[in-house]
Amino acid sequence: MGQNGAGKTTLVKHFIGLLRPTRGRVLVDGVDTRNASVAELARKVGFVFQNPDHQLFSETVEEEIAFALRNFGFSEKTIKERVDWALNLLDLTRYRKTSPFMLSGGERKRVALASVLAWDPKILILDEPTIGQDAYQKERLRHFIIQLNQQGKTVIVVTHDIEFVAECEPRVILMANGRIIADGEAREVLTDPTLVKEASLMPPEITQVFIRLNDFGFPRKVLGVYEAKRLILEYLRGRAGK
Amino acid sequence: MAILETRNLTYTYPFAENPAIKDINLTIEKGEFVIITGPSGCGKTTLCRCFNGLIPHFYGGNLEGDVIVAGLNTREHPIYELAKHVGLVFQNPENQLFALTVEKDVAFGLENLGLPREEIHRRVDWALRVTGIYDLKDRAPFELSGGQQQRVAIASVLAMQPEIIVLDEPTSFLDPLSAKSILESIYQLNRELGITVILVEHRLDLAVRYANRVIIMDQGRIILDNSPREVFLDARVKLIGVGLPKVVRLYLLLREDNVDLGRTPLSPEELSDLIVGVLKSDKS
Amino acid sequence: MSVFEGLRFRNISSPIHRIDPRAKFIYVCILFAIAVLFSQLIPLLILFFSQIPLVIMAKVKREWLRLMRGTMFFAALIFITNMISLYFYGGYPSLLSIIERSVAMTLRFIILVESFSIFFATTSPDMLSLSLEQMGVPYEFCFAFITAIRFVPVLAEEAQSIMDAQKARGLELERGNFIKRIRNYIPILIPLIVSAIRRSMELAEAMESRAWGASKKRTNLYTLKMGVKDYLFISISIIILVLSLYVCFFVYIPSLAELIRFG
Repeated sequence: MGQNGAGKTTLVKHFIGLLRPTRGRVLVDGVDTRNASVAELARKVGFVFQNPDHQLFSETVEEEIAFALRNFGFSEKTIKERVDWALNLLDLTRYRKTSPFMLSGGERKRVALASVLAWDPKILILDEPTIGQDAYQKERLRHFIIQLNQQGKTVIVVTHDIEFVAECEPRVILMANGRIIADGEAREVLTDPTLVKEASLMPPEITQVFIRLNDFGFPRKVLGVYEAKRLILEYLRGRAGK
Repeated sequence: MAILETRNLTYTYPFAENPAIKDINLTIEKGEFVIITGPSGCGKTTLCRCFNGLIPHFYGGNLEGDVIVAGLNTREHPIYELAKHVGLVFQNPENQLFALTVEKDVAFGLENLGLPREEIHRRVDWALRVTGIYDLKDRAPFELSGGQQQRVAIASVLAMQPEIIVLDEPTSFLDPLSAKSILESIYQLNRELGITVILVEHRLDLAVRYANRVIIMDQGRIILDNSPREVFLDARVKLIGVGLPKVVRLYLLLREDNVDLGRTPLSPEELSDLIVGVLKSDKS
Repeated sequence: MSVFEGLRFRNISSPIHRIDPRAKFIYVCILFAIAVLFSQLIPLLILFFSQIPLVIMAKVKREWLRLMRGTMFFAALIFITNMISLYFYGGYPSLLSIIERSVAMTLRFIILVESFSIFFATTSPDMLSLSLEQMGVPYEFCFAFITAIRFVPVLAEEAQSIMDAQKARGLELERGNFIKRIRNYIPILIPLIVSAIRRSMELAEAMESRAWGASKKRTNLYTLKMGVKDYLFISISIIILVLSLYVCFFVYIPSLAELIRFG
């Protein structure tokens, strides 16, 4: 996480060899990115770009998803299976024969995601996946990311959507001016006002509320609405009990 | 006085089968700050395009009903005439700036109107100062950050001195702090200059505190239209899939458990003050 | 890319930047004419070096050097073709004179590029379009010109990001035979064209919303006025042209080869 221009996208581009380090090295699943082509790294690292319009070009959604699979040299049979699987996974089966250009923005984003997930990369990088998405789409995306993660995929999300991150509660790396300024659990990093400010972000709304309630003995490190509710109710009941 | 009014507005894009917006009846008074929100594809953007005559003059299609802006029926007046009354700011700052300096960009509309040169200079300087980008006057728009670009876009419609400014998701490409400061500036235009603001937003958490009215759309229709404190109390908001600000959600959750904070909070500051109020009154 | 860098406008202030684009344009034309007038090495060398003070005055040394480096490939090409053709068809007395002639021809090309560079690096596209407008070119054309320049960096960035996105899906541009390689660019070109169309729609919307076409008599925020220094600049250019014409027709110019032989 970090402000626009903090270096987030530049950093993750190193993970797939689109950029190579001037100094130092990047190891992806044990492979030094200097010794591998982007295509080789892409087998392991799926990179979904911010703007789906920068990759869609096929006549049908089906073809769009098959594109990468062909590049990687899968057999026709496997391609068919994988396309079916990816269409189903992202709820796009009914658009199989539709042109991707006819779909809405949210759907195009899903096609882009499907076209990357199709080859089942070990690591998934999503660049600003929540931009332009409404609440329902974000909620779906969140469930989807968590599900993929539980299936054992490493997921890296680049974003400045702090409320989205607060709901996912992942490990958070904060960046500012091209450097990493914090790396830790969301609950630790996002509730530290100094760090968050340094990264030109704002703490999540609920955290802001609890920072202001600190005088009443509430904990500061609160992210979600449900724990917030529990804490307030406990406080009130505890006092009523006395 | 109503500055904007739609009567039985229904619009279908060319080659589309179904209308994008249906039966919209809306009256907006001078000086209001109105937020329009709703899920993707609900017709928000289409409605914005109706306000300055892009629909029907630019898009064609089939327009039924009427849109009256500052006393002008959009059907009978060309876009350039309506542009003097309604300024439209778009989502993507990159695609609404065309000149090579900020100053030329802000002057663009005024040059088109054929105003005298001194008048243009005066208005451009004024608009640049009001939006806080006077120092960027000679810079190239594409060198600026997203937030600065969006300020240029706002300045360039402001220079035409419209009564209404319509902003279509102006913060969606911006990081939270830039978004917050843009929204504050928009609020300032509303409060200090009395400009009517119509803001289309997904990010209710940052925007809602400035609005006096929230309109929620779904599937081309207006579903709810109320003050921000009232509108979120309606159970339909959740069903439509509008993202409630976290502070409102916490307020609603507490209310379910009979802890009533008195009114719907619109910012973290307000919520913590309300909670403090309850905690203190409970003590006594 | 580096070649175009040398033609890119540098937004700084210098005496050369402040000269009216029309005056500068006349100067470039005259420079062109002189370069074509002479085919001997010595006057072309003088012409080439006489530009350097201007480059220094305009503070565009780095761009100029980059451009010189960028033109090396074409310069070498011109030199070699000249050498070959002169050797076989020229009837020149010695190898030295063939080389001299070829260098002169190459230099002529470099001078043309050099003068272009000075013009574009010191003339803001805004000013250029303004002068076109004042010379009677319709505003629509000038606007299209400005917009094109405005969007070059944006499109370049977009092309890069499309290329990255497709490479991340396993596209290898350098793979396969000639036909395959051309086909490899389809996944890059289509998104580029599609987003350009989307972008132009959005631009058109924004233009319409800002009263495009409202009045037949559009005001321009700035107007260009030729000043004393501009007329002075044009006068000097014309004097140089006249002098060159005189030298060209009435003065015998020795070749370098002759100088070496008799010197």
